[in-house]
Amino acid sequence: MIHPIPPGTRDVLPEEMRELRALKAALIEVFEAKGYGEVATPALEYDKVLNRGGGRSDHAAYRFFDEGGELLALRSEMTVPIARLVATRYAQAEPPHRFCYVAGAYRAVSPQRGEMREFLQAGVELIGASAADGTVEVIAVLEAALDAAGLGSAVIGLGDADLYRDLLGEYGLDEEAREGVLERLAAHDLVGLETELGEAGVGAERIATCLALSQLRGGAEVLEQARGYGAGAATRAADRLDDVSRALGSRTGDHRVQFDFGLMRDLSYYNGAILEVYDPAVGHALGGGGRYDGLMKRFGLDLSAAGFALYLERVHTAQIEERRRGEEGR
Amino acid sequence: MSAGTEGPLRLAVPRGALFGETLDVLDAAGVDTSELRGDSRSLIFETAGMTLVTMRPSDVPTYVEAGAADVGITGKDVLLEQSDRPVYELLDLGYGRCRMVLAGRKGSDRLGEGTMRIATKYPRIAESHFESTGRQVELIEVKGSVELAPLVGLGDGIVDLVATGRTLEENELEVREEIVECTARFVANRVAHKLRAAEIDELTAKLREASG
Repeated sequence: MIHPIPPGTRDVLPEEMRELRALKAALIEVFEAKGYGEVATPALEYDKVLNRGGGRSDHAAYRFFDEGGELLALRSEMTVPIARLVATRYAQAEPPHRFCYVAGAYRAVSPQRGEMREFLQAGVELIGASAADGTVEVIAVLEAALDAAGLGSAVIGLGDADLYRDLLGEYGLDEEAREGVLERLAAHDLVGLETELGEAGVGAERIATCLALSQLRGGAEVLEQARGYGAGAATRAADRLDDVSRALGSRTGDHRVQFDFGLMRDLSYYNGAILEVYDPAVGHALGGGGRYDGLMKRFGLDLSAAGFALYLERVHTAQIEERRRGEEGR
Repeated sequence: MSAGTEGPLRLAVPRGALFGETLDVLDAAGVDTSELRGDSRSLIFETAGMTLVTMRPSDVPTYVEAGAADVGITGKDVLLEQSDRPVYELLDLGYGRCRMVLAGRKGSDRLGEGTMRIATKYPRIAESHFESTGRQVELIEVKGSVELAPLVGLGDGIVDLVATGRTLEENELEVREEIVECTARFVANRVAHKLRAAEIDELTAKLREASG
């Protein structure tokens, strides 16, 4: 007899389980070696506590009442639960705090799209380290994690979350027009972006700058290009990325990092550096992260924070594919 | 699933109404499309430096989103209807111009009052249009010739794509409202856009020139 499970969930059988276990172990080993202690938090939390994170598209999708009438929710990611954990249990401890996790998270899916309702995330949170230093440390941990997973071709895209809000402010757009433009930028709809900026009364030259910035990605040379547009916001973003670049340069493996002025993350708690991970073997981003200095404040602790999360199943797919390509190439 | 950073760039080419002009623009951009112009039944064509994959326009976002094609060309109508598929929309190619319209039977005033029943192949575009203009409608999704629906009493009107307006005319229908104008668009997979930046930027520039 066949007893169905909900779409977007799955059973994992022993062969895959062994591979996932090995991948998890390799990642945790890297994280622990860098001083990130593994933590677990409940999959179920109070809805009002998770909501403090203020995420937009990542609101918990599954909520229900417990036997006492409390509204509970399944977590949609781990950053907010760890912010909650730090604020509650480490408020008096001397920062920085370093934690890692491999944990299940839950999101709503569009039907028939092969999206997962329940998935595993592996990541780290660095709480209470200053801007450039913290970002650089997190990138170094991410690089080590990608190496440990055997993803030699994976690339880290590094962008700036404040760039466009700053730029559109400089262009004098009001809040409503700004939201419209940011939405087009996040969707990377360049045709709509041009129209939207035109309707907001932005001049042709400034529109061209905004379009060009959204397409600007590559090595250290793009920082100079960004400064060349003569927009204060672009220059400031380039300077911030340059700080990260210089600090990275003093380390070894910066070959993986690509600067990307078009990068947007839709979790609303980001500010400053943001990052995404790509691998040629998978058509979707493997994960992402960045800085979210305002998040801890929402939980009552004024500490800066940075981190990343990788989708473990996608990393596994990329690992298998890269291994296959490596064997074919031999 | 992705074509990866090695090997030729994979371009999804729409068959159907956009096919001819797409080949012309690709030719002008320096992509050799002579093999596609023959009567080959193949779906995949290798040209110098690029693999051309032909498919229905409505499948283009699916292939590009998954990375099975790095870039593609399809109509804005398809992109709007599948707006939940995150692909990067890089360029308006300008051809294949047509209008998404609300049409009703000539001489009938049954549109605009009470709850309208609207037949369409584009339920999402129709839904968001009526929602944003504050009207409640009952949408009926059909797959084939939508202009048939109001003639036999399935719905009061239709939301459909109109190029010349001849089909509407022949079926005693007339345009009541224009919803959006659609043209062919050049789209990219978001990972390919990052990892194959130079190739995609170069092709975008050539297509911009060829279509401009």
